[in-house]
Amino acid sequence: MTTTAPPGPASATTRPRASTPRRLRAPAAFLLGAVLLLGAAPLALPDSRLNLLAKYLCYAIVAVGVSLAWGRGGLLVLGQGVFFGLGGYAMAMHLKLADAATAGERLPDFMLLYGSSDTLPWWWQPFADPAFALAMTVLLPMTVAGLLGFLVFRRRVKGAYFAILSQALAAALSIWLVGQQATTGGTNGLTGIQGFFGYDLADPVNQRMVYFVIAVALLLLMAAARQLFVSRYGELLVAVRDSEERVRFLGYDPANVKLVAYVVAAGMAGLAGALFVPAVGIISPALIGIVPSIGFVIGAAVGGRASLVGAVLGAVAVAWAQSTLSDAFPAAWTYLQGLLFVLVVGFLPGGLASLGALRRTRRRAPASVRAAAPTTSAVATASTKETA
Amino acid sequence: MSGLSISRRGLLTGLSVLGASAAIGACGAKTGSDRTSTAGAKADTSGDTVRVGLLNSLSGTMAISEVTVHNALLLAVKEINADGGVLGKKLDPVSQDGASDWPTFAEKAEALITGDKVAATFGCWTSASRKAVKPVFERHRSLLFYPVQYEGLEQSPYIFYTGATTNQQIVPALDYLRKKGLTRLYLVGSDYVFPRTANKIIRAYAKGNGMRVLGEDYAPLGSTEFSTIVNKVKESGADAVFNTLNGDSNVAFFKEYKSSGLSAKALPVLSVSIAEEEVKSIGAPYLEGQLTAWNYYQTTPGAANTAFVEAYQAAYGKDKPTSDPMEAAYLSVHLWKAMVEKAGSFDVAKVKAAADGITFDAPEGTTTVDGATQHVHKTARIGRIGADGLITEVWSSGGPIKPDPYLKGYDWASGLS
Repeated sequence: MTTTAPPGPASATTRPRASTPRRLRAPAAFLLGAVLLLGAAPLALPDSRLNLLAKYLCYAIVAVGVSLAWGRGGLLVLGQGVFFGLGGYAMAMHLKLADAATAGERLPDFMLLYGSSDTLPWWWQPFADPAFALAMTVLLPMTVAGLLGFLVFRRRVKGAYFAILSQALAAALSIWLVGQQATTGGTNGLTGIQGFFGYDLADPVNQRMVYFVIAVALLLLMAAARQLFVSRYGELLVAVRDSEERVRFLGYDPANVKLVAYVVAAGMAGLAGALFVPAVGIISPALIGIVPSIGFVIGAAVGGRASLVGAVLGAVAVAWAQSTLSDAFPAAWTYLQGLLFVLVVGFLPGGLASLGALRRTRRRAPASVRAAAPTTSAVATASTKETA
Repeated sequence: MSGLSISRRGLLTGLSVLGASAAIGACGAKTGSDRTSTAGAKADTSGDTVRVGLLNSLSGTMAISEVTVHNALLLAVKEINADGGVLGKKLDPVSQDGASDWPTFAEKAEALITGDKVAATFGCWTSASRKAVKPVFERHRSLLFYPVQYEGLEQSPYIFYTGATTNQQIVPALDYLRKKGLTRLYLVGSDYVFPRTANKIIRAYAKGNGMRVLGEDYAPLGSTEFSTIVNKVKESGADAVFNTLNGDSNVAFFKEYKSSGLSAKALPVLSVSIAEEEVKSIGAPYLEGQLTAWNYYQTTPGAANTAFVEAYQAAYGKDKPTSDPMEAAYLSVHLWKAMVEKAGSFDVAKVKAAADGITFDAPEGTTTVDGATQHVHKTARIGRIGADGLITEVWSSGGPIKPDPYLKGYDWASGLS
């Protein structure tokens, strides 16, 4: 242990203050988050609001992955809806089968309505097993991401091409799901989910339990992501983002580095989708296509994609604003969201999390120091490169 | 560095223990147990006004259609308030935007029931949005009035369906085509639940009634590329096209249809999702002479309809057409009022009990609620689109048809559900 610890997510965008001991800042922030999410929120919010917060926290879990893949790895992941959907459908399929078993039916309700066959399709059958379904919520998205990433990163596809490919995959999956009405519920998706591993979701107590599960999952994933950020791998990922060629000349394979970030982000999106199902009670192709996939990225971009806390808060804030503002100004919200995205990408590439840092560096010294603050400018240059 | 990771690890363990205990300690009812114990919020009807929820997409792709339904609902609320309200209480409409997004519909339904404590909710358009809110209304034992024609095969105890079910729209339309000798059909639809289910019913009908289905094609919602489908229709040798396309796709389909040389005379198209509002946006020249199947047209005769059209145009503009879903929405509020007044209470169970046999002198004619299915008796009407964009009736079932959402009264439909 020679000098200080490698820069964490908070210090990546803000200069550390001398007054707080640096090594305690992350655990302290983490503890504060845990107290807010597990203590203050359930006490202060009525059931319906807490349920909404649970939904927003699912988006926040996706944002953790986006922060890793895009913020740190520079991969513009515009197709997270695919992984969110795979996780969500894997969970919903199991819950539908469990509901059908409780009701004494052989098939889920929508298959009885729209299906033509009396038997469960073969690819539904293993999802009756809770352990298999749970594993699939994470493994299925990770496998798809692994295959796609392996092909794409090997061939050095990047930037806009990678983003377009992600979007195409999102569009394809949602169209396929719509077309298979008899086995996937079509545009309706899988709805009317009643139980969650034996617990009746209509009971507010169980809804609270789901909230706690989601909040704990978010906190654990944030802690894990931070560990990844400060690890050697995290440093390497940022290096790949900022100069892939140099990393290659140093003897590392950037494709593998990117692949790991992409697969982990996909796993997080899958888990978020799986947790979204008991919280909201529905999963449908409308949550998977191009528009929601962009939506997953907007929150993280607004909050600050390279900052873990920024991305998470951004995702929650944008989702909250959407729910509240769309009632007051139904038509205006979409424009506002687009405008916000353009403004942030154009003028504040580090997101709102970088606002404080920008002000501080401006105040402290002119351009010479700002150029010397490596991480802030690295974020800025990396994003100008992508958006150009 | 090492100190840091130890403290973090300690924290993590503590947190997961805390989370796990919170989760385990907070377990409620199990599935399969009596669900009445978990009934949700109660409507607040104690004040001088009673809140009612209006749940429509005011933004997003469905807004163009759903805003007209929203307007019709507001008109009905205004009329009822001008007339003294319901049980002496004025109605206070609370609008929530479903934003053309199904989970949002569920979220907003929850907000209306538990937050605004509405006495009843009116709205939804797509089947997907209805399926999304259905468990919410059932869980809270709150009422939804659904005003759009749909694919049937549903009967929630907490939904009243005031639009047509299949035996009041699609089946009479097929009867009409068969009587006209148009027995070879080509099916074109948007790729979602209503067209797919409707086409399943059409195939069953065709099989049982000596008609033939020569082709069945789906376009993604919002698709505007129809040259392939129109070519296939042209070469199929069909007598008529049964069209379940929704929204903007109709514009592209009918333009392509006309430019490829097809006409209403040579190969008529019968549409079940094109009403006066859509005719306006597609353009009457493209649609002139084509057929539609509904229960109400702006031109439907009767004093009730004249008053409705006048009131609507006075409120929203002289050039605004009225359409079937708008009329069904308008009548749904009036039906609810009549049910509440018969029950003498806003209580959901009492309102449901009072529903059977409730009538309202609606713009489409006198409508009666069927208590067993919670659907409405409706007259089927086939219309022809005129050059002025209005639709005139060319055939009607002569009187209201009893709703049969599961098509139990039809032998050919026995294998459907």
